[in-house]
Amino acid sequence: MKIIDAAHVFFDYVRRDENDNIEEVSHALSDLSLSIEEGSFVCILGHNGSGKSTFAKLLNGLNLPKEGTVLIAGMDTREEEKLLKIRETAGMVFQNPDNQIIANVVEEDVGFGPENIGVPTEEIWRRVDASLAAVGMQAYRMKSPNRLSGGQKQRVAIAGVMAMKPACIILDEPTAMLDPNGRKDVMATVHELNRKEGMTIVHITHYMEEAVEADRVIVMDGGHVVMDGTPREVFSRVEELRALSLCVPQATELAYELRQAGMPLREGILTREELIEELVPLLRRGRVKEDA
Amino acid sequence: MLRDITIGQYYPVDSPIHRLDPRVKLAGTMVFLISLFVTSGIAAYVLATLWLGTLIYLSRVPFRFITKGLKAILILLIISVSFNLFLTEGRPIFRIGFLTMTWEGLSLAFFMAVRLIYLVIASSLMTLTTTPNQLTDGLEKGLGFLKRFSVPVHEISMMMSIALRFIPILIEETDKIMKAQTARGADFESGNLIQRAKSMVPILVPLFLSAFRRASDLAMAMEARCYHGGEGRTKMKPLRYEKRDRIAYGIMVIYFVLMLCTRFLPF
Amino acid sequence: MESYALRDISFEIQDGEFIGLIGHTGSGKSTLIQHLNGLMRPSSGTVYFNGEDIFGAGYDLRALRGKVGLVFQYPEYQLFETDVLADVKYGPKNMGLSDQEAEERAKEALALSGLSEDFWTRSPFELSGGQKRRAAIAGVLAMEPQVLILDEPTAGLDPRGRDEILETVSQLHKSRHVTIILVSHSMEDIARYADRILVLNEGNLQYFDTPKRVFKYYRELEKMGLSAPQITYLMHGLRDEGIDVDTSIGTIEEAREEILRIYEKNRIKD
Repeated sequence: MKIIDAAHVFFDYVRRDENDNIEEVSHALSDLSLSIEEGSFVCILGHNGSGKSTFAKLLNGLNLPKEGTVLIAGMDTREEEKLLKIRETAGMVFQNPDNQIIANVVEEDVGFGPENIGVPTEEIWRRVDASLAAVGMQAYRMKSPNRLSGGQKQRVAIAGVMAMKPACIILDEPTAMLDPNGRKDVMATVHELNRKEGMTIVHITHYMEEAVEADRVIVMDGGHVVMDGTPREVFSRVEELRALSLCVPQATELAYELRQAGMPLREGILTREELIEELVPLLRRGRVKEDA
Repeated sequence: MLRDITIGQYYPVDSPIHRLDPRVKLAGTMVFLISLFVTSGIAAYVLATLWLGTLIYLSRVPFRFITKGLKAILILLIISVSFNLFLTEGRPIFRIGFLTMTWEGLSLAFFMAVRLIYLVIASSLMTLTTTPNQLTDGLEKGLGFLKRFSVPVHEISMMMSIALRFIPILIEETDKIMKAQTARGADFESGNLIQRAKSMVPILVPLFLSAFRRASDLAMAMEARCYHGGEGRTKMKPLRYEKRDRIAYGIMVIYFVLMLCTRFLPF
Repeated sequence: MESYALRDISFEIQDGEFIGLIGHTGSGKSTLIQHLNGLMRPSSGTVYFNGEDIFGAGYDLRALRGKVGLVFQYPEYQLFETDVLADVKYGPKNMGLSDQEAEERAKEALALSGLSEDFWTRSPFELSGGQKRRAAIAGVLAMEPQVLILDEPTAGLDPRGRDEILETVSQLHKSRHVTIILVSHSMEDIARYADRILVLNEGNLQYFDTPKRVFKYYRELEKMGLSAPQITYLMHGLRDEGIDVDTSIGTIEEAREEILRIYEKNRIKD
């Protein structure tokens, strides 16, 4: 089933001067069509200004399309009476860990979403317990958010979304402000939610390594989708990615360089392990002959 | 560390006072303050002292924490005492120059000082035994009746709660910005008042911008989590009166009636 | 109980070096760099700049801050002026330069930072994230520091922004011989640019050596919550498979050369 279905979406940012006259219009998205299957892990890549964050905000009605439609589990984001249901279905996690935690105690923050949609008290407690467990933050439930690391704060934010029992979580550069360990923790958490709970994940990032394990990678540029495929398909197009000033995972880049230099390596190598596997017979060949 | 700053000054122990519903404590503080101002005379103050003493004992908060708040009003206290002492007409005790101290002034000053001190102690006791969150919850629910007069009670308490969360963050941010500008050669210590005020601009502008950015991010995050005001909202930790709260209200009423009765006593 | 943010740290940095400073969050990196321009005072010990004790009596700390430029994390949050040029002039003016001199310095710094001239007269708040960052770095460069310390200058930027900032820093080092201290979480960047790496762990100086030697301790680094560059792991993986590669390699360019060397050598024997 398609959980997200965007068809021919246009979105503009309009800048106005003091007299409300239009000063500048920039087309953030033009004629974007994209649908995402339930239960999949999708990574959206693209540099700043490519439209990826604008797209994310369309998915739970924070932005409304100027033209075209965005359907979340069949609900049109432009129907105002469905807005709460849409936001419950497609939860969002943002970039800055500090600016999305509302309460002064971790567990109360996780309970904030369910409170807003009128979940009964006992059920809120059940959901808070389950959500904190799902992100591995039970031990911190009584702590003040100010005492957590960036990665922990992001996990609390994810728990806060989980407590609304969404079908889909959209993460808008959740790792951009974290250190490598925080990034690892958040990625592990998101992957686990996808695997164990079957949660649809739309992960927006500009760290290429984070896209390697996704089911599908979408590359955006200038408000369009320019590449769409499995990580292997997308990352084998090294030159195009470079032209977009995006990089590829280190193993992929090295494999590309070696192939350019004439080594017979297959395309679409993503991980270190794969590259080692490919390289070993090539580098050992001479030695095998000597032995023989 | 700046992150450790807590607003209010909650003293975390378990006591009968700590366990009370915040609304009871808010109401109790109000009742106590009113009782001080509608009465005078020795008997009333003996009763009030006993009452306050018992509460402090029950709260298990060390006495030195309770009196901490008094430092802040020391100057106010001295001024109000001296005004009362010397500017009240009546039977003179002695004279310094044109100033005359009177018996009436002495008694007035004494009662005034006691009222002020008790007022501060009682409010400290409340904040020491109630977490900021409970306090905002208590205010929201306790003042809920004001909604009928279109006072945005929910919004006010939400604002208070968010302020509590962001004050430490903004204090830390101020520190960061100050350091960054100092690294660019800024000097916040020397110069006259105008120069110093001017040197604050490179701190205040970034600080305000950051606060606005955070506010706008937060508003979006709240919206994304289905926040739409207080309508139809449930509570994870609803305030419910327990037996002990009802008993506390009862005791409070008895205290207040007794205080009123002291008005009919001759002393 | 006393706790140490830094404990008994001694090291020397030579003119014109490019130092990578690594350590996991809370290891004391920020504390250390703030000691180097006198923003923080050590509880014991001291810091020498060009042989002079910066905490000594009569030492001009404000002048020092012009010579040892410190770019904090997310430096764009310190921008405050109405246009970029005015903001960049703030530092040199604090150093006591005339308006005209400050303007010359600011223009030069902006050019160095790679921010196109079209943006100089705009409000800093109209710029993109990467452009703001470059304007903020120019604000420190305009004081013409001999030493430039950058605390995670690429944090939160997209790949294009990251590359541009690192390229600027590398240019300053190469063409202007500015001594650089770069704090980074990216071992790839450190391996690519640094002459020496200083590793902090819980306030202690753990290693201070060339990247090749430091990354040999990749298992120890992992225990400190750090790692070696991806490529180093790859080389170790090849070595484990019995291929005689240099495991101290940390960059793609070096790895390419090394692998091709072995590949060519084997081919000739065919």
